[in-house]
Amino acid sequence: MSYKMHLLVCGGTGCHASDSDILLETLREEIKANGLENDVQALVTGCFGFCEKGPIVKVYPDNVFYIEVKPEDAKEIVAEHLVKGRRIERLLYEEPTLEVKLAEHKEMPFYKKQLRIALRNCGFIDPENINEYFANDGYQALGKAVTQMTPRDVIDSVKESGLRGRGGGGFPTGMKWDFATKYDADQKYVVCNADEGDPGAFMDRSILEGDPHSVLEAMAIAGYAIGASHGYIYIRAEYPLAIERLKIAIAQAKETGMLGEDIFGSGFNFDIELKLGAGAFVCGEETALIHSIEGKRGEPTTKPPFPAESGVWGKPTIVNNVETLANIPVIINRGSDWFAKIGTEKSKGTKVFALAGKINNVGLVEVPMGITLREIIYEIGGGIKNGKKFKAVQTGGPSGGCISDQFLDTPIDYDSLIQIGSMMGSGGMIVLDEDDCMVNIAKFYLEFTVEESCGKCTPCRVGNKRLLEILEKITEGKGTPEDLKMLEELGSAIKDTSLCGLGQTAPNPVLSTLKYFRHEYEAHVNEKKCPSGVCQNLLSYEIIPDKCVGCTACARVCPVNCIEGAPKKVHVIDQSKCIKCGACYEACKFDAIKKG
Amino acid sequence: MENNQLTKEMYDELERFIEAIPDKENAIIAVLHKAQEICGYLPREVQEFIADKLNVPANKVYGVVTFYSYFTTVPKGKYAINVCLGTACFVRGADKIVNELEKKLDLKIGETTPDGKFSLDGLRCVGACGLAPVVMINGKVYGKIKPKEVNKILAEYND
Amino acid sequence: MSKIKSLDELMKIREEAEKSFNLRSTSESEDRVQIRVGMATCGIASGARETMNAIVDELEKENITNVSVTQTGCMGFCEEEPIVEVLFPDKPSVVYSLVDEERGREIIQKHIKQGILLENAIMNKSFNTARE
Repeated sequence: MSYKMHLLVCGGTGCHASDSDILLETLREEIKANGLENDVQALVTGCFGFCEKGPIVKVYPDNVFYIEVKPEDAKEIVAEHLVKGRRIERLLYEEPTLEVKLAEHKEMPFYKKQLRIALRNCGFIDPENINEYFANDGYQALGKAVTQMTPRDVIDSVKESGLRGRGGGGFPTGMKWDFATKYDADQKYVVCNADEGDPGAFMDRSILEGDPHSVLEAMAIAGYAIGASHGYIYIRAEYPLAIERLKIAIAQAKETGMLGEDIFGSGFNFDIELKLGAGAFVCGEETALIHSIEGKRGEPTTKPPFPAESGVWGKPTIVNNVETLANIPVIINRGSDWFAKIGTEKSKGTKVFALAGKINNVGLVEVPMGITLREIIYEIGGGIKNGKKFKAVQTGGPSGGCISDQFLDTPIDYDSLIQIGSMMGSGGMIVLDEDDCMVNIAKFYLEFTVEESCGKCTPCRVGNKRLLEILEKITEGKGTPEDLKMLEELGSAIKDTSLCGLGQTAPNPVLSTLKYFRHEYEAHVNEKKCPSGVCQNLLSYEIIPDKCVGCTACARVCPVNCIEGAPKKVHVIDQSKCIKCGACYEACKFDAIKKG
Repeated sequence: MENNQLTKEMYDELERFIEAIPDKENAIIAVLHKAQEICGYLPREVQEFIADKLNVPANKVYGVVTFYSYFTTVPKGKYAINVCLGTACFVRGADKIVNELEKKLDLKIGETTPDGKFSLDGLRCVGACGLAPVVMINGKVYGKIKPKEVNKILAEYND
Repeated sequence: MSKIKSLDELMKIREEAEKSFNLRSTSESEDRVQIRVGMATCGIASGARETMNAIVDELEKENITNVSVTQTGCMGFCEEEPIVEVLFPDKPSVVYSLVDEERGREIIQKHIKQGILLENAIMNKSFNTARE
């Protein structure tokens, strides 16, 4: 049996809550009533990510997208659309004016929040086959640049697009390239920073694994713009698959003349070499990265001189992040005007975020700048896992901060995030719920920076260690109100005096949580309580007599035998002996143990 | 730890790799990657061998080895267990997995069991956040694991 | 492949590549079906390699020759890996989530052989992209 048509009804949580299951049943009944059961199949599908307009019905192969469909609409859909082939205008979704001409089968506006520029080919082409890249505009931008544009045109184009560095700081890319043209040298270098170190961020890896040629093409364009004939990709050794795909891509690009000598007969030469990192977070900082490329310890140095003046082997160098580069071919192909129309006034284009943590749809999303956190978390991300309450979202990794619910509707771009005490960073977005202790989260990030501090400058090496010690003290229940003041004072001193970006931003997770979640710190310090029930030393376990059935499970697992009680009788925990290991809490099948 | 013997073949292979590098002085990291691939770890004698062949001071090599977390001066277990300690895994309970592994294997993170069978390390984000918390054993990924499942996973390596 | 020496040459190669890439634009490959398996680190970690092998194996077993299986990068939806996309000419793509070996074989048996979509396994990947 082969169906001619498919009706897909969204069965995601959002749509389900608005009766999509009844809708599906009604549709099936109507299909049967019209004798179409052998031609049309109605089925449930996963979330279209467009919950606000649910329930959603999609008709294949007509590509018709109906929104806010109620069970009573089923009759009309079957009678009008399926039988007579007429679309029901009032249920159609109208696309907001978007000046992007979309590919034919992508015209459906569900998942409309996403706009894929950097990720345009990820999950679409075979990354190990250069022909598939060619088929999707591949290397056209490079061809156009070297044969029809002057290096100045290229730089102006990138400048006018408003593209800013996607790796963290958000420095305007075109300006960076322009600086490198100001210095004369016999050799210049283009470096791709693929040392993605932020825990929880994996967009660069995905781009390198899914679309390596876009990065190679962009590096060659950058080389042409600044007058460099050599590029390095500095990549983490922990990314074996990305390394493998890059090697294949470089070989294919050389074979087809997209890299090498006399590219497109223009006389321009460009080669790319891979350099493997070895696990040091600080190497994401450009001066440290340059030292690492040179085979040295990856310690940062003061700027100026900026790499644009003196970088790899002392030559003018530009360092661009993977995602930044992946935008370049599109800017050249479609023009800077097109790009500059996307985003906010000062942050153009899109940003890729890695959504993770306590969120339903963990994944990589690319959205226009200026989108709100609410849209990302609730619409694209599908909301908080297990129906828990949203507490905060951590952006910018160890350099960023925690954003509380009061800012859920702030349009996010580079500047607004800094204003609310966080930063864009590389785009990691970790969602936290009511079960996460903010003091503990701050401690987690500090542990990270303390471990990754290179030790060169004192504020970072010693200061962050002291910050961590204070946080440990607080989570152990030994904190005092003075400690909170100390955290703030020390934190701002570290920010002001550290040598590189790592130290300058390391206190952010502490300072931002202290600002927006001060009550949690105060609870730890004043009441010696951890409101989220995370910090072990501040916990107490108690048996709720009404719920205890006397099964003895808790008493049997208690490692210090501090639970008293006979079978079938209510058990009691001896608080003086309890070591707060939580074994009883895990063992109880009757929810009779209260953690607090 | 019978597997950690450094053989002459290892040194020969490393030497051939170094010989082929034109710009020796700046190749420390690349050589160390190769050396660790060949020998499994970077003990003092290997570091000194590299310093000698590259014609750089041994302390410079040592400085690089200790700076980067990817390089190790102690041999890893036959089965190298790596627990992802990235943020996504952390908020989904990676610390509990570490505790459980430490308890079951009777060692601390960063150590190797006396019989050389298991070593336990933390690592920063393997980028499989959808599977958090994640544990890797010799490259094989175990996702969404619970402390209770640790025993079952370790049993797979019961040889 | 020889070296491309001009933009015109690139455009010619692009046209050729586009034909084989974009099934819809060619008449001679009307019955060609394409299956794409998301093979980034996360996909492989969730078993995409085994899935791909199962799909290829099932196609061989069934002696189906008009289906090409290719790998692709991350589709972005980690929670639903391994992800497999099925492209019939002139039809919108269908994306399946959580495709283990068994589900991979089922896709061949049902979707490819009989044109029946797999209930509950469909996820939709569709977003605005920068492509023209």
